[in-house]
Amino acid sequence: MTHVPVVETSTTGTDQRKVIHIMTNTVLTPPAAPKAADERVASKGAITTLLGRPEFGALVGAVAMFAFFALVAPVFLQPSSFATVLYGSSTIGIMAVGVSLLMIGGEFDLSTGVAVISSALSASLFSWYFGTNVWVGVVLALIVSLAVGFINGWILIKTNLPSFIVTLATFLMLTGLNLGLTRLIGGSVSTPSIADMDGFESAKAVFASSVNIAGVDVKITVFIWIALVAVASWILLRTRVGNWIFAVGGDDKAARAVGVPVVRTKIGLFMGVGFCAWILGMHNLFAFATVQSGEGIGNEFLYIIAAVIGGCLLTGGYGSAVGGAIGAFIFGMANKGIVYAEWNPDWFKFFLGLMLLLATIVNLVVKKRAETK
Amino acid sequence: MAKISWRKVAVAAVMVPALALTACSSGGGRAPEPSTGEGAGAVAATPKIKVALITHAAPGDTFWDTVRKGAEEAAVKDNVDLQYLSDPDGGRQAQLIEQAIDQKVDGIAVTLAKPDALASALKKATAAGIPVVSLNAGEDRFKELGAFTHFGSNEKIAGEAVGEKLAAEGYKHPVCVIQEQGHVGLENRCAGVKEKVPGSEILYVQGTDMTQVESTVTAKLQASKDVDVVIGLGAPFTLTILKSVAGAKSTAKVASFDMNPELAQQIVDGKVLFTVDQQPWLQGYGAIDALWQNTRGGFEIGGGLPVLTGPAIITPDNAAEVLEFAKEGVR
Repeated sequence: MTHVPVVETSTTGTDQRKVIHIMTNTVLTPPAAPKAADERVASKGAITTLLGRPEFGALVGAVAMFAFFALVAPVFLQPSSFATVLYGSSTIGIMAVGVSLLMIGGEFDLSTGVAVISSALSASLFSWYFGTNVWVGVVLALIVSLAVGFINGWILIKTNLPSFIVTLATFLMLTGLNLGLTRLIGGSVSTPSIADMDGFESAKAVFASSVNIAGVDVKITVFIWIALVAVASWILLRTRVGNWIFAVGGDDKAARAVGVPVVRTKIGLFMGVGFCAWILGMHNLFAFATVQSGEGIGNEFLYIIAAVIGGCLLTGGYGSAVGGAIGAFIFGMANKGIVYAEWNPDWFKFFLGLMLLLATIVNLVVKKRAETK
Repeated sequence: MAKISWRKVAVAAVMVPALALTACSSGGGRAPEPSTGEGAGAVAATPKIKVALITHAAPGDTFWDTVRKGAEEAAVKDNVDLQYLSDPDGGRQAQLIEQAIDQKVDGIAVTLAKPDALASALKKATAAGIPVVSLNAGEDRFKELGAFTHFGSNEKIAGEAVGEKLAAEGYKHPVCVIQEQGHVGLENRCAGVKEKVPGSEILYVQGTDMTQVESTVTAKLQASKDVDVVIGLGAPFTLTILKSVAGAKSTAKVASFDMNPELAQQIVDGKVLFTVDQQPWLQGYGAIDALWQNTRGGFEIGGGLPVLTGPAIITPDNAAEVLEFAKEGVR
């Protein structure tokens, strides 16, 4: 359909294999009549294009799982149950959007689980301690979340350490700060309730309300999730920034050589994760009015699992936002499906691990076959 | 270029909260002068002793806040220098005990959630002549591990108390929501309930993520329409379960274990049937006070038996009184 300017100029270049490779991932449908006979920009059939999409394997998995649970637990198909599954998926999915983009950009973030809680805590404790309108806390939390993302990215760029180490350090530091500051300011390890403060109702309407669709209450996080996926997909596929993200994830030295602002892109990606953490943190706060400072630990892996099941490569340069969303949806279906099917949950983690393994293998096979065709 | 814009961000980061201070809330927020329950009475005239309280608490659990408050209040009264340490890992909790022995403390209060992991460390404490009491977990093992008494509530008995009350009120299908899979104490509570109400089921949720707790309980209520009561095993989880019940448009009632101010309020309002309190404040207070009594006159309270701090059942009839203390962080 449409072309991104950067892509067009690069295809005429002499030897920019990396950038051309990016293009094949980026363009949804190739041009109808390729001008050059170069096989790298040649037209592919619709099925090959679909098979080559990063989220294809996940999509197959999601359909299979949906059919499976629909068979073993008929209650799974009832609209209100489906809304519950979507809610469970959205609280993973919102974070998976930022984490997927970051992973395509070649980095990952272990601090995301606690960063969500840090955001909720800073909004709650600030408003409570100073007795302000809660919206003031909401804005402060956004600043804190973006700052955490910025610091992650900045340390990564300055030190050249792997993101595993940098974000592991911020994960530990945030865990400690969450506990220490909450106890210091609030006097207890969970925050005092802010349900009776000004602005709570309006903030709740924005971050934690339900929308009634044909008699079924659907949580607002589901719509926020879908909107975030749409925006992230647009950024990835239709903007220059999207090309930068693929480029820095593929090979940041090559990307730098062709003029991609690597530093800004990477820091921006970490701040994007921070933004998602803020949204989910605000949901946590306004849905429950109090926040326990020890929450969130371990969730970072769920976000990474969602992105990986959705076809994002741990090495970067490949993946999609829709894939991360499908990954989160698979997680939500498995998590809630086991309850609907009334199975013994002792085995849940085992199945989750098995699913992760299978999904990544399917992705690998599908990708190889699509590339050799 | 980029640097200048970051500076703007930094300025904004400082300015926004500063300006925001003028946007005050008309209700709620921090009370102007929080009342303190500590240090109200006279301090014991005995020489200062050093006591270590070593628990298996996971960081950030409100329950242990209350235990610690009880211990701290006893420490202030009894002229005790209290050191609070915790680690959920059995091996590391044992190391904390050994460190306390190295520091030559005058008493050790310890939770025996993983008794076998702590056995050798506690043997060293006994050999060094340090008096030990246990609290919260380990009432069947405290004696063989060298503690002279135990402060706690039997989880199984507490579960049975809940089951008995539910059965008496005619409930048939309770769902017992466990927030930490494989936690012995929580499993015992649900086992106690099941003993009295055979139709009860267990539901596991991921306690570290409230949104997942809410949606999983909602899913359960949608799947099993015959559920008539949902039991939360901790105050914050019960409050979340209330949202699930409303979200699933279920008619199921809610009962609970443990206590916090919001839960007490819900019981006063009749939204929660009752809760079973094991009175954690008493566990912390009792353990420290027992160690002080031991150094004061060689007393060993309990007569070799555990001192039970619960279960105390809080219903709408007595919740209002408890609420006052819950707000202080004592209940």
